[in-house]
Order: sequence, then C-alpha cells, then structure tokens
Amino acid sequence: MKRHYPVLLLAVVIIFIQLLTLVTGKGYLLTQMTMSAYYVLVAVGLCMVMGYAGQISLGQAGFFAIGGYTTAVLTTIDFSAKTGSVLYKLLDTLGLLISKETLYGDSIIHISPWISFIISILIAALAAYALGVPILRLKGHYLAMATMGFGIIIYRIVLGTKIFGEADGISNVPPFPLFPGLSVSGDFNSRISNYYITWALVIITVLLLINLINSRVGRALRSLHGGEEAAAAMGVNTSRYKVIVFVIGAVLSAVAGVFLTHYNGGIGPSEAGVAKSVRYVAIVAVGGMANLWGSLIMGLVLNFLSLRGVFGHSDDAVFGIILVLMMMFMPDGLIRRSVFHNIRSQLSRIIISKKGRGRSDV
Amino acid sequence: MGAEQILQYIFAGITVGSIYAFVAIGYNIIYNTTGIINFAQGEFVMLGGMTAYSLSGFIPLFPAIILAVLITAAIGGVIENVFIRRMRKTSVFGMIVITIGLSILLREAALYIWDEQIRALPFFTGSEISSVNILGARISPQVLWVLGVTAVIVAGLYLFLKFTLTGQAMRACSENSRAAKLCGIRTDRMVNLSFMLSAGIGALGGCVLSPLTQTHYGMGTDLAIKGFTVAILGGLGNPIAAVAAGLLLGLIESFSISILPMAYKDVISVIILLIILIVKPSGIFGSRQAASLKDF
Repeated sequence: MKRHYPVLLLAVVIIFIQLLTLVTGKGYLLTQMTMSAYYVLVAVGLCMVMGYAGQISLGQAGFFAIGGYTTAVLTTIDFSAKTGSVLYKLLDTLGLLISKETLYGDSIIHISPWISFIISILIAALAAYALGVPILRLKGHYLAMATMGFGIIIYRIVLGTKIFGEADGISNVPPFPLFPGLSVSGDFNSRISNYYITWALVIITVLLLINLINSRVGRALRSLHGGEEAAAAMGVNTSRYKVIVFVIGAVLSAVAGVFLTHYNGGIGPSEAGVAKSVRYVAIVAVGGMANLWGSLIMGLVLNFLSLRGVFGHSDDAVFGIILVLMMMFMPDGLIRRSVFHNIRSQLSRIIISKKGRGRSDV
Repeated sequence: MGAEQILQYIFAGITVGSIYAFVAIGYNIIYNTTGIINFAQGEFVMLGGMTAYSLSGFIPLFPAIILAVLITAAIGGVIENVFIRRMRKTSVFGMIVITIGLSILLREAALYIWDEQIRALPFFTGSEISSVNILGARISPQVLWVLGVTAVIVAGLYLFLKFTLTGQAMRACSENSRAAKLCGIRTDRMVNLSFMLSAGIGALGGCVLSPLTQTHYGMGTDLAIKGFTVAILGGLGNPIAAVAAGLLLGLIESFSISILPMAYKDVISVIILLIILIVKPSGIFGSRQAASLKDF
C-alpha cells in the first residue's frame, strides 16, 4: 500500500488546484491543465519504454496521431444521408449511432466515439506490435532512427492524404460521451468535469503502471535496462517484454490522442511531427528516465508552460536547450531518486552529528 | 516512358542522390572517429546554403561559398568542443539526445536569423532556364556542378584518408581509439577534426545544391533521416559506398514519383530504411563477416 501514497497525494493536489482556481477565479487555467494531462499520459507511456525497458522511441507522436486521426475520421462520417445503407441499420439496431445538431439546425448522425476509440486503440496496438517485433532487436542509433522513421511515415501520410485533411487536419470532431451527462469535450460548461475526467484517467493509468512496475514484468524490465545479455542469460524473455512495453507505450499515446482530439474537437498534422516526439523524449529525460513521477511532473509543468505560451515563439528551442543541458550536466534527469536519497541522508547525517556531538569518533 | 524521359528521371535522381550522399559522408566521418551518429548533420547542409546566401550579398559567389564552408566547419568544431566533449557521461543514448537537441537549436537559430523564407543561391553558370543537352535529356548545368563536386569530394576524401598523416591518424582512431591514443595520436583533436570535416562537407553540399533544391531552415530533419538511410544502405563507416547508396536512393525516389503521388516521396525512403534495418543492418555493401562483429 505504501507505494500508493504518492497517488493519493496526486489526487489531493489535483483537487486542491481546482479549488484554488475556483477561489482565485482563474478557471481558464483548467483547460491547459486538462490538455497537459493528456500529454502526461504519453510521457508516462514513453517513460515505461525508455526508462524501464531502456528502449529509445522517437515515434510516440506517430502513435498519438494514429489514435487521434482514426477517431477523428470515424466520428466525422455523417450517416444522415445514408440511412438506407446496411451498415447504418446494423449500427442503429446496436445503438451505436449518435445524432447531433449542428449550428445551422441540421442534424448529423455519427458513430459512437466508443467504437472509434476501440478501433483506434486496436490499430495503434497492432501497429506497435508489427513495428516493435522487428525493430526492437535493434539498439542505439539504429533503434532511434527506425522509430523516428516510423514517426515520419505517419506524419507524411496524414500530411499528404485527403481523408486526413492534409495540412488542415480534421475539425468538427464531436464530443465523446463517456457516461450519460459526462462527456469529453472542450465545452465551456464542462471544463471542471473534463479536468477531473482527464486526471482520473491519469491516476488510473499511473496506478496500473505502478502495479506493473512492481510485478514480474516490471522486474524483468529493470533487469533488461541493467543489461540485456545478463537478463537473457537469467531466462528473461527480453524481446517479448520489450515488445509488451512498446505496445503499452503506444496504446497510452493513442488513448491520449483519442481523448485530446475529442476534447479539442479536432487534430492537425503538427501533432504527428517529429518535434512532438522529441518533446516527449525531452520530458522523460528531464523527469529522470526510470521515474514515473518525474515524467508525470515534468510532463505537466513543461506542457502547461508551453500551452500557456510562456516560451513564446521559442517553444522548440526551449526543449532543445533542455535536451542539451540535461545531457551535459544531469544525464540522470532533474527529478531522480538519488536527489531525494541525498536529501534524506544529508538530513540524517545532520541529526546524527548533533546527537553524537560529545563523542570524538563521529 | 521514352528513353529521354528515363534519362531525365535518372539525372533528377542523381542530383537528389548526391545531397543524401553528402549527408551520409558526414555521418560516416563522425561515426568512424567517435562511434556516434550526429543527428544534427542535416543542419550543417542548411547552414552552408544559408550562410553562403547571406554572404553572396556582399562578396562574389565563389568566395562566399568557400567562406560559408569554413564558417560551418568552425561551427561543427565548436559544437564538438563545447557540447559533445564536455558531456559528463557518454552513453549512446546521451549522444543521440544531445545531437537531437543541438539540431533543434541550430534550426531555431537559423529560423531566428534567416526567418521562414525559402532561399536559393544563384546558378553557378547560366541561369535557371539554361540547359545542357545530354543524349536528348535537357539538364541544368548546375547538375554537372553537383556531380563534379561530389566526385571531387569523394576523391579528395579518399586521398586524404589514405595518404596524408592526418588522414591515417583519423583512420587509426576509427580502428581502435585506445590504441591510437597509445601511439601518440591526439584522438580528441581527431574527433574535433572529424566534426569540422563533416560540417564542411555538408555545407559544401548545401551550397552546390541550393540553386536546385533551395534552402529552408527546416530542411535538416528530412535530410538527416535520408542521409542515415543512405549511410546504412552503404554500410555505416564506409564513406565511399555511401555515395553509391546515395545515388541509388535518389534514383529510387525519382522513379517512385512517376508511380506514387509526390506527397509520399519521403515515405519511400523511410520504408527503405526500415526494411534495410530489419533485413540487413550492415548495409548492402557491408560484408556479413564484419557485421557479425558489430552490435546493431
């Protein structure tokens, strides 16, 4: 249970922040908090891949785009003119269609985002599996370039294909009704509820990942990071675990992609760009690699600042500087376990030295 | 497709192929002395073209190009001296991340200095409409410049590495850096030199190709991945084979446009990269024996 205390703390902080914005009348900050939370989801997924399994991935934005674009394409198909088709009747009898009124009073019938959500996740997982099995045998530069290559393929496809909206992306994506009365949308009135939906999602994910880290899989992963040959010699099926984690990371990216697309009501090709993938890597690197909480905190802070426009036009430059400085001076990340350990040991040393001041051998 | 048209495609392919070869040669030079892949290699090509463009406003074209190559080479040397050398812990991961970070910074600096506009150097001989007739295909004289400079670079690099003392020292570093150090070779200087050399070669490529392919602040990322594809195709660590692989990729890309939409042109080379990485990461010209000793 002890390892779940930080999750409780996170939940308290999340509620505290909401109350604080309520009191100070800065409710608009919740929008960026919500969006950052989705990017946090990608970051913690990548943290599993990079930090725990030790495999670099420069293609996370590609999986994010797979999720976002799949749901965007599927839920913007209008069935109102195709009421005679077999597919319509099938979906209608299953209760999987949602009708919505547009600004002009016309009605649009689209499939339930739950369907597109499931399809998106399946596609992302399959893509990650199909890609991961062959390329996770590679190491270092080769793996970095292969994953980056995957990202570029996805980016070029969404940029050059008509149904993905080319350079404009896809807009008018409908809200995602989770439960009756609760839906993922950027609607002004549901700002607070969306804030909690998102962070609940993050908290659930973190709980699952913590359990995963402390399970057989997690131990196998850590042994993998320490030394792949040694792990393999001990009987750990290294390639299998690497693929599993890669798929988990991809699925989390895709989940974030689906929800953020419904939240924003659209998606554009910049979400699939290499710059985004690099940004996720930067977040995990600053967060201290094998440190879920580090990735979570830095993912929240950096994305929030970026979305608030604190970095201005030099958004990418900030992340570039972060990467360079981190690798030069703090290759273990800003938030690392040893920092806490050092503080604790320093404190205990002070206490001990005070206690034993009378003795000469201390 | 007529014979002239095929020839036209071939020349177009060779032209873009040579820019990939320039990037791949740069990768190989640095890889040989340090064992790292410099993700900022594409940015050197951009910097070369951009610097030459700015300088050509003040001085004649050819001195401007020479100066641009020297400036970019100096930037390459400074990058190695200030950033790469001072890393506390050198891991492959760290090197990947820091060179990606540097590539972003170079790109952003270029955006700040030269803004988003696409620029091009003037054609070295004639103008954009002048052409030379070769076996019925009409090609720009600039293409001949590109091919000539590529040939000179390859020959020069070969002679440098084979016959000069510095070149031999550089090869010694790539064979065994520790042993080279014990023999009294200043390996750190060789690493610095390799960064300068590859930056300079990249810049020269950027200048020669600028009239044909234009120069844009964000061109580096695509060049980086394509140059890497070429470096892998030729076998990493083999700068001469990189040229052959570069021309091959250029030709494939050029002919793919006649089948696939233009927008997917870049997808082709990335798919080739993935296939070669999966099937034969030692490259098509790499020997199986040497590959078994390497760690991919």
